[in-house]
Amino acid sequence: MTEEDFQPGGDRFPPTRRSVIEAARSIDAEERERALEALCAAYWKPVYKYVRWRWKRPAEAAQDLTQGFFAELLERGLLDNFDSKKSRLRTYLRICVDSFVMNEDKAARRQKRGGSIPHVALDFAAAEDEFGATVMDPASIPSPESLEEFFEKEWVRSLFTLAVEDLRELCKQRERTRTFRLFEAYDLEANEKISYEQLSNDYGLPVTDVTNALAWARREFRKIALDRLRELCGSEEEFHREARAAFGWDAK
Amino acid sequence: MKFLSDSALERLREGAEAPDLAGTRYRLLDRIARGGMGVVYAAEDENLQRRVALKVLDVPGSDGDLANRLIREARVLAALEHPGIVPVHDGGTLADGRVFYTMKFVEGRRLDKYIESVISIPDRLRLFLRICDAVAFAHARGVLHRDLKPANIMVGPFGEVLVMDWGLAKILRSADSNVARVADPEATIFEKPNQPSTDGNTTEISVVTGHGTVMGTPGYMSPEQARGDIEYLDARSDIFSLGALLRFLLTGKPEDTTAPGISRLDKSLAAICAKSMAASPAERYPNVQEMALDISRYLVVLAVGAHRESIFEKGIRFYRRYRFFILLIAAYLAMRVLILLFMHR
Repeated sequence: MTEEDFQPGGDRFPPTRRSVIEAARSIDAEERERALEALCAAYWKPVYKYVRWRWKRPAEAAQDLTQGFFAELLERGLLDNFDSKKSRLRTYLRICVDSFVMNEDKAARRQKRGGSIPHVALDFAAAEDEFGATVMDPASIPSPESLEEFFEKEWVRSLFTLAVEDLRELCKQRERTRTFRLFEAYDLEANEKISYEQLSNDYGLPVTDVTNALAWARREFRKIALDRLRELCGSEEEFHREARAAFGWDAK
Repeated sequence: MKFLSDSALERLREGAEAPDLAGTRYRLLDRIARGGMGVVYAAEDENLQRRVALKVLDVPGSDGDLANRLIREARVLAALEHPGIVPVHDGGTLADGRVFYTMKFVEGRRLDKYIESVISIPDRLRLFLRICDAVAFAHARGVLHRDLKPANIMVGPFGEVLVMDWGLAKILRSADSNVARVADPEATIFEKPNQPSTDGNTTEISVVTGHGTVMGTPGYMSPEQARGDIEYLDARSDIFSLGALLRFLLTGKPEDTTAPGISRLDKSLAAICAKSMAASPAERYPNVQEMALDISRYLVVLAVGAHRESIFEKGIRFYRRYRFFILLIAAYLAMRVLILLFMHR
């Protein structure tokens, strides 16, 4: 076994994106903004749902708090204080959200001032529908573990949703929309009754083609999700830990 | 954006976990186990039409800490050709960027499960001697295992013993070994993170200390390894683990314990365990061969080097060793006495 045997071949693996933590500390304003957009895209829904559940805030207040939080993140440079050796970015942000909500007056003042937030479309109506569909006991008193669990689950949902959207784009670019439809029907619907044979009949394809298409889509999905995740982590070690959490490898 | 339900998340996780074997000669069969670094699958080598075990990392990349560890493990295994060490067949990077290697598919049971069906102490000791054999071979080639525990020993259907999981192996630089030539030059430096394993109640740990990174399993890890004194580790660290393994084989626990339900160890065996597990490496056996020699001497009822016997113990051992002849002579003498008594009536 030589070094080459262990090296990935060809151009299959483009260089990974720069970590948002590094980019957010950059002196280049454009790079900082791009980093915060990436961060906001991945975290705004978990933050919104967390504020709704943990702090029991009505939808409108939760929307203001979510916007205010990301504006504060940008203005006060909260990411500068993050140390990936001490905690995960996810946990750090959750704690920042807690402090922010506890200091609501300050948030309200910022709202009046009209703090700027990254250019990410925040579809609060969809987030509210998702929050309503989430199975949880509204009467339950959140424990520290359940808060972490809830935030992690919503963060994984947000990460996977972004990865699925990226995959949809990739399929469109490569003219593999049928592959995406198969992936959507089998993996995203998660309908236990659907089988490869049924998809083969529905799409008029041999079963091997369905198998290959799904294998390709899953491989790309995994690659995209890990690439996005790597971007959201401050170190290689954090990336490995977060990948295990996101894909449920620790639980198995 | 479509809302992903909890079941869709699960389905995505399941789909994303399987390694992409496109372009290899392997076909995925079942998942066998999950460890700290990644997953072990059963796969079929379609060229040779045989079953192999495929160990693959969770995440892509061949230059991270875990990838280096897996590559080093594969190379260490490749350099240790011994019937007691699982042979590696192939290694590389999959189409999805994950580092993997394939090894012999071992159809057997983990030592802790296997010994449930082995009641006899001598049989357990003979099994232990086969483990010592493999570890002594590795030491002779300049490799320390550093994570010897029941979960890392497999016993095949014919009683063959295989020492597995060389992911924490340390290459001794001074050894005259071709392992040292193939291994990562950074192999003796362990600044590598580790993940909890899922193999039972003992958990592999990783803690950074002032000296280095502690990696190993509590109960089986030598004190110097637990302190993170990695630069001072030598064969005697594995001897400590072998002592814990021996105690586990004899009592079901790696530590010295007098809890109810645990039978008291024979003094010679207890002394072998105590000597192997001495807090100071200088007080342990200097090498595995000497430890194995003491076990072999015990099996043939000879005095063991670890225990100084009293006259009474020597007498008992003499009786155990020559029991047949002693009983034969006693029976002969008893018969002679009976004959004499009968003749004088």
